[in-house]
Amino acid sequence: MAHVVAGSECWPYTGGASEFDVDAATVRELITALDQRFPGLGDFVDRRMAFAIDGEIHQDAWFSPIGPQSQVWLIPKIGGG
Amino acid sequence: MSETLEKPAVLPALTVVGTRPIRPDGADKVTGRAAYGADFTMPGQLVGKILRSPHAHARIVSIDTSKARAVPGVKAVVTGADFPDLASEVHEGGESASNLRDLANNVIARGKALYEGHAIAAVAATRAEAADEALARIKVTYEVLPHVTDVLEAMSPSAPVLHDHLFTEGLEARPEKPSNVAKRHRLARGDVAAALQAAEVVVERRYTTQAVHQGYLEPHACVAAWGQDGRCDVWSSSQGQFMVRTYCAKILGLEIADIRVTPAEIGGGFGGKTTVYLEPLALALSRQAGHPVKMVMSREEVFRATGPTSGGVIEVKLGAARDGRITAAQVEMSFQAGAFPGSPVGAATMTSLACYDIENFLVTGWDVVTNTPKVAAYRAPGAPIAAFAVESAVDELAQTLGLDPMDIRERNAVVDGTKASYGPVYQNIGYRETLAAARESEHWKAPLGPNQGRGLAVGFWFNIGGESTAAVHIAEDGSALVVSGNPDIGGSRASMAMMAAEVLGLPIERVRPIVADTASIGYSMLTGGSRTTFATGMAVVQAAEKVVQTLRERAAKLWETTVEQVEWKGAQAVCLDPAKADKKPLTLEALAAQAGRTGGPISAQVSLNAQGAGPGFGVHICDVEVDRETGQVSVVRYTAAQDVGRAIHPSYVEGQVQGGVAQGVGWALNEAYIFDGDGRMENPGFLDYRMPVASDLPMIDAVLVEVPNPRHPFGAKGVGEVPIVPPLAAVANAVSRAIGVRMADLPLSPPAVLAALDDAAA
Repeated sequence: MAHVVAGSECWPYTGGASEFDVDAATVRELITALDQRFPGLGDFVDRRMAFAIDGEIHQDAWFSPIGPQSQVWLIPKIGGG
Repeated sequence: MSETLEKPAVLPALTVVGTRPIRPDGADKVTGRAAYGADFTMPGQLVGKILRSPHAHARIVSIDTSKARAVPGVKAVVTGADFPDLASEVHEGGESASNLRDLANNVIARGKALYEGHAIAAVAATRAEAADEALARIKVTYEVLPHVTDVLEAMSPSAPVLHDHLFTEGLEARPEKPSNVAKRHRLARGDVAAALQAAEVVVERRYTTQAVHQGYLEPHACVAAWGQDGRCDVWSSSQGQFMVRTYCAKILGLEIADIRVTPAEIGGGFGGKTTVYLEPLALALSRQAGHPVKMVMSREEVFRATGPTSGGVIEVKLGAARDGRITAAQVEMSFQAGAFPGSPVGAATMTSLACYDIENFLVTGWDVVTNTPKVAAYRAPGAPIAAFAVESAVDELAQTLGLDPMDIRERNAVVDGTKASYGPVYQNIGYRETLAAARESEHWKAPLGPNQGRGLAVGFWFNIGGESTAAVHIAEDGSALVVSGNPDIGGSRASMAMMAAEVLGLPIERVRPIVADTASIGYSMLTGGSRTTFATGMAVVQAAEKVVQTLRERAAKLWETTVEQVEWKGAQAVCLDPAKADKKPLTLEALAAQAGRTGGPISAQVSLNAQGAGPGFGVHICDVEVDRETGQVSVVRYTAAQDVGRAIHPSYVEGQVQGGVAQGVGWALNEAYIFDGDGRMENPGFLDYRMPVASDLPMIDAVLVEVPNPRHPFGAKGVGEVPIVPPLAAVANAVSRAIGVRMADLPLSPPAVLAALDDAAA
């Protein structure tokens, strides 16, 4: 099970929960699983958040792999100038 | 002077990457041949101009355009009523999220004017004089409303509210009333209150910065032509032709494929050209007039109506042990967003402590709308403001503890394996190496003169990858064309050509890079976020590798052997098949000349979504000299060390570093939006908005530290954002140490420094 840490942006969907374990092998599977557990969160993180998987930030990448021992941080998407 | 510190054990030997060839855009720019946004003209084109609000906040009661339409030569007049009303929808425009309704309402006002300079109407006429006369004859009836430009005043419950639909996001419960506070961002770890209570030393201070403009020399400009069959063409200066295409389609309700956007040469962007202002208006005017329409902003319009970055108020409280170990950090930031939500305070919260390994922290960011122009991205958006406050506080902590400012940063530095303050665990970062490079520099060891002070500051930026497309075409003579969809704002044409040349084995002179229009290359996210050399470069490398594969296949066919028996080396195919020992190498020229007979043209295009951009760190040293009679601050020496992964073209990388420092020095010393009591900007020109020029700056020494990014074929990391992060604090720390007074409010203009000296003397 991947360990997911959700930033404050996600708390309205999680009821304030910030850490949970999710069974997902890809970002897309994670999005689906999050939406099933916290309705609306999957769509929100898909549109607004990036996925820091074991330290590497993935944006808009549904098929990035997630390992069974991965740490996944949900952080706001990064832009720049 | 520049120096490059390499780790040769992990950097492969390359023949083109890492060299300093002549820049491909250089001759055009120095001879005046380069065509910028305002240089393009079309037969029958009209002049488009904009009527802007004279009020900082006003309800638009009515707009009467009848007299304007009657002016001879006037062919079109548009107002907000000529554009579709868009629903509130957050659109990922490629780099950062934009609310389409806000974007459209910033292009032209509907219902209310939200800042002085907000576009109210636009006209197109055969002559500029007719357009000006038409603007004068548009009658707008305003109901002037109370306004607010100061960020803290805007957060007050008694402040005039800009948007009735704006309820603060990010709180535990939705507020009952709308306010100007759009969003709260928060990062937390550990127990900061207990850690501050237990800390042996605590420093605490409030810092302020003012809104500053990106200051690109080229004003926004475009030509738009709406065809009778509904196909539209736009020529404009921006950081992303695909971004312009998407936003125009959304704002005007068009099919994206019906718009073709051709990028002009860009005269600076720095983040400020990552959105649209003129293009939708020019298209709407062209549709009505049946002629192409050209629009060019004046400098005054650029200041009054295009995005500066936020002014901010930042409170920092640091707790530490006597040995300098920082045990607690509390940071609260309030940023002006301008007329619509979307300040860079979110990124500021994430970057504020990114250089430090701290067990207990609470970082809060408030995004606040004000009656000022909507902010736009500016290099490393938000990070310089946060770094100014945090790096100043760390400097004050070092002084309080009697520690060397380099020591305290080394003692608290993040390394591989540290959990970043914004979440992920760092890997392959070069921060410690960058600190070491700064410590080893001649500058750090040099003595100071009278009335001089030395400031140290560090900075961080994430860097990103994202969607990019690139193509490599081999011409019949064996030269190569590299096509990308990213405007070149910092040397990307050179880096694209160099990476292709490296893979193909060609000399750089035989590779020509071009930036294509939206109909000639696949989609690419805009140029920004320090992504282009990393992400588009990855696409170029992969396209070049595909071309090499094709060349090997063609040689294998000619030699009647397998492709595995063909090696590509030095721009030629070499036969490895022992049974074909008589075969002489086939050059790229020879294979290109026979391309038609061996299977057709040789080219490849790659589209990808690059992940794995490595973060960047910078360490800056600044020496200033203060004239105690006038308060004038002179920057007398500056060194900027940065982990750049691998410098594809070191001169360009040094230029990026030097440019970021120059902009940061201006931000620190002089630049500021100044508003009068009616919320009108008082200094919308370069005479009164003081940006640094060459004579204000010393030679800026760039120290390139190369800790390669393993996720890029040549180890590249983004470099354009980091260099503007540390300078505000580096300058302020230098001034504070020179005069013995902590300077916490930017800009450090002569009156401000003189006042601080007078206060200290009193």
